[in-house]
Amino acid sequence: MKMKVKWALLTMIFTIATVLTGCEPLLVLDPKGPQAKTQADDIMLSILLMSGIVIAVLAILVYVLVKYRASNQRDDYEPPHIEGSPLVEAICIGIPIVIVIFLSFVSVKSNYEVEATPAGYEDTKPLVVYASSSNWKWHFSYPEEGIETVNYLYIPAGRAIEFKLYSYGPITSFWIPQLGGQKYAMADMVTTLHLAADNPGEFVGRNANFSGAGFAENTFDVTAMSQTDFDEWVEEVHETAEPLTEEKFEELLEPGHLGRSTYTGTHLEFAPAPEHNHGSTDSEMDHSEHENHDSNHSDEESDHSHH
Amino acid sequence: MDFFDRFAVPHPSFLIYASMVGIGLTMVAIVLGITYFKKWGYLWREWITTVDHKRIGIMYLLVALLMLFRGGVDAIMMRYQLSMPDNKFLESQHYNEVFTTHGVVMILFMAMPFITFFFNYLIPLQIGARDVAFPRLNALSFWLFFMGMGLFNISFIVGGSPDAGWTSYFPLANNEFSPSVGTNYYMIAIQIAGMGTLISGINFITTILKMRAPGMKLMKMPMFTWSAFIANVIVVFAFPVLTVLLAMGTMDRLFGTNFFTTGDGGMDMLWANLFWVWGHPEVYILILPAFGLYSEIISTFARRNLYGYKSMVASMVVISVFSFLVWTHHFFTMGQGAFTNSIFSITTMAIAIPTGVKIFNWLFTLWKGKIVFTTPMLYSMLFIPLFTLGGVTGVMLAMSAADYQYHNTMFLVAHFHNVIIPGVVYAMIAGLTFYWPKMFGFMLNERIGKWTAWIMSVGFVLAFIPMYITGLDGQARRMYTYSESTGFSMLNMVAFIGAGIMAISFALLVYNIYYSIRYASRDIGSDPWDARSLEWATHTPVPEYNFAITPQVASTQGFWDAKKNGHELFKGKYEKIHMPNNSGWPFILGCIFFVFGFAMVFSIWPLAIVTLIGILVCLVYRSFEKDHGRYISVEEIEETEAKLRGVKNEDR
Repeated sequence: MKMKVKWALLTMIFTIATVLTGCEPLLVLDPKGPQAKTQADDIMLSILLMSGIVIAVLAILVYVLVKYRASNQRDDYEPPHIEGSPLVEAICIGIPIVIVIFLSFVSVKSNYEVEATPAGYEDTKPLVVYASSSNWKWHFSYPEEGIETVNYLYIPAGRAIEFKLYSYGPITSFWIPQLGGQKYAMADMVTTLHLAADNPGEFVGRNANFSGAGFAENTFDVTAMSQTDFDEWVEEVHETAEPLTEEKFEELLEPGHLGRSTYTGTHLEFAPAPEHNHGSTDSEMDHSEHENHDSNHSDEESDHSHH
Repeated sequence: MDFFDRFAVPHPSFLIYASMVGIGLTMVAIVLGITYFKKWGYLWREWITTVDHKRIGIMYLLVALLMLFRGGVDAIMMRYQLSMPDNKFLESQHYNEVFTTHGVVMILFMAMPFITFFFNYLIPLQIGARDVAFPRLNALSFWLFFMGMGLFNISFIVGGSPDAGWTSYFPLANNEFSPSVGTNYYMIAIQIAGMGTLISGINFITTILKMRAPGMKLMKMPMFTWSAFIANVIVVFAFPVLTVLLAMGTMDRLFGTNFFTTGDGGMDMLWANLFWVWGHPEVYILILPAFGLYSEIISTFARRNLYGYKSMVASMVVISVFSFLVWTHHFFTMGQGAFTNSIFSITTMAIAIPTGVKIFNWLFTLWKGKIVFTTPMLYSMLFIPLFTLGGVTGVMLAMSAADYQYHNTMFLVAHFHNVIIPGVVYAMIAGLTFYWPKMFGFMLNERIGKWTAWIMSVGFVLAFIPMYITGLDGQARRMYTYSESTGFSMLNMVAFIGAGIMAISFALLVYNIYYSIRYASRDIGSDPWDARSLEWATHTPVPEYNFAITPQVASTQGFWDAKKNGHELFKGKYEKIHMPNNSGWPFILGCIFFVFGFAMVFSIWPLAIVTLIGILVCLVYRSFEKDHGRYISVEEIEETEAKLRGVKNEDR
């Protein structure tokens, strides 16, 4: 009876997994850009490898449980005293070490990929977008185009996008699952996230890090379009939208939810992002090396900048 | 009236009022019950003032079970809220409070006292000691923990619950974004309970190092004692970080300091870093003793010695070191760059190696064994595959580039429940079932116990496997609602059903206790499982001095040697035994801490100052107090032993 329940349990797991994943592709496993593709590949690779481990452990477990059950043995059987064997234990350590070394290699390689300009778009000039969060909205500033939007993001497809993230308030996390993984937006520094969309399309984006009462609805829409369409949109905004004034921006920062809105000019002109010397223009690697030394300086800098 | 306004709940709802009434009525019923049965004196003499490690252990157990209920109710509320899109059962504020308290209660006030119960009850018995090294301090640990727990738990009816998540990241947790006193409760209640934990850590390390029975070298300790030793070493290194962190958080909130502010030189990331410098070792504090319990149980019911004793110990030592080297993996997405992430990604994956060694050793312990499927064994055998699943998803999360997609999603939630429930909760229930006869002199019903294990596992799989899938589909954690169009609803409904099934299994556990109290045989001797280590060598019920004669051991499984190889455990004759006196001071000091904490939460400064002076007075008093304990005479020992042996003989 026990075995039956066990198999019923296992069948159930696999049925749930296959049926439900079969319906439609899961967002994270349906990548639309090189960064998300790297991540989805890593995820699929590790799922396969890890399934192998789970199945191996399960198979050994079922085998020993069936073979060495008391009811399958003579009454006078006395299990032997076995201390352990260096060889067997070396193998038990060796196999995981090989797996971990392999995965470490994959992990490190992917780290440098997702922290660099998206593969295939190194030649394009990245579009810089400042994405800042406030309770519970996203503000997207396009400094080169001189426009700003709230709660929606238009980007050209086929071009690297460099997001500069920071927050007016709690730590938030900028996440467009189909384009790539998330990164934190914080109040006292700017983080950089590299993304790109391969083709035009519409995606969902959200804040993934809990930030208080309005967190659940802290989402935004992403539209990727051709470079020409993007240029047209920028032009149109310049013709139709209101300029973003300091008062208007203060009003936008008030806690609450807002729909979409569009402005000419960006808030960066009167409220610059909390950028310090480190991390803003250097590559991420330099940044991390410097971080420990720089953190004290940056505190002082932020001190000065606030007074 | 202004003074009392602050105690009102800022976001009241029907559920909160109903709980207030429920709690009030329960309290009245308890007080009336104790008065009616004239048990106040008994309660004071035998429990509140006790310094006996076994009784203190059982009090930890009661708190753990109570908190399991509270945390479980929180869990069911969350799962129900998310079972349907746009559900109106909880509004956002209430949902945020519920998941915050669920996390804090389950980790700090359920899992921690549960393992501390095992530390207290088992360590002295396993090493052949009469009590812990500092029995009075042990009582103080309990009462500090208890009062911290009490303070945290009154938050939702007095002043409002914390709502910034169990991680309480700044700046969300500062006064601007969390203006209610809820987060003050978080800072101060956990501080008081944490002091208790830190003190017991020191106590258990001393006990294990100094009070082992003759012949028990370090490498001859039972595996649970080893795991408890390492866990407590981690406690002593990790909890001071929490103490400092909470003190800094308290000062930011109450006194306007700038440790975690976003301007003025403060740094919000510092909170996240320090929190996880404590928080990650904390999960190993929970899981290592669980591993210890599984080792005891698997070896007992495979009827074999534990395979690879040395590598088991070595793997725990390695895990304890690595547990301090991985904290950054909780925020790979903070922007520290590819180099830092790569280092922490590798150290995190490396922890899988010693953990894998343990899994293999358990499998090899089963090999060539003679496996008996008792309830504790069933939990252990369900633990191995389910925990392996949780472990490998941990390796997946450790791949930092991919973690950008898992982070803050239900995938992560599924992962840590997948390690904590089969890892820690199953171990606690398995250990409870295993040691129940030692504590109470009768066994829990095996049939109901096995049903409970299977139902719990079915519920677990249904509740948490769907979360892996919705996580990969983009469901962020801590969202109180979602729209129909996201397509999360069906899997969340499955998760709710799973949670319901788990609730049934816990109800069955309670029923099993009731059933066994009424019907179970009391004629079970002192070794009902045919076990191997020293705790089973003494009588059931265990006399207050544990062992009439200090045992002498020669191997890791002293009792087994005595049973099978004719090793003589108890040599010599009875001698008078020195025991500590009971004391009410730990309880009184605990009570003063409670009032002090309450005054701090609500910034009632005169009261805070008075109670602070009270605390100091208690400490000074203790320093000058002369209490040399008492002796149990040889006659008394003979009488007790004869009675305990007599009971056994009659029953047989």
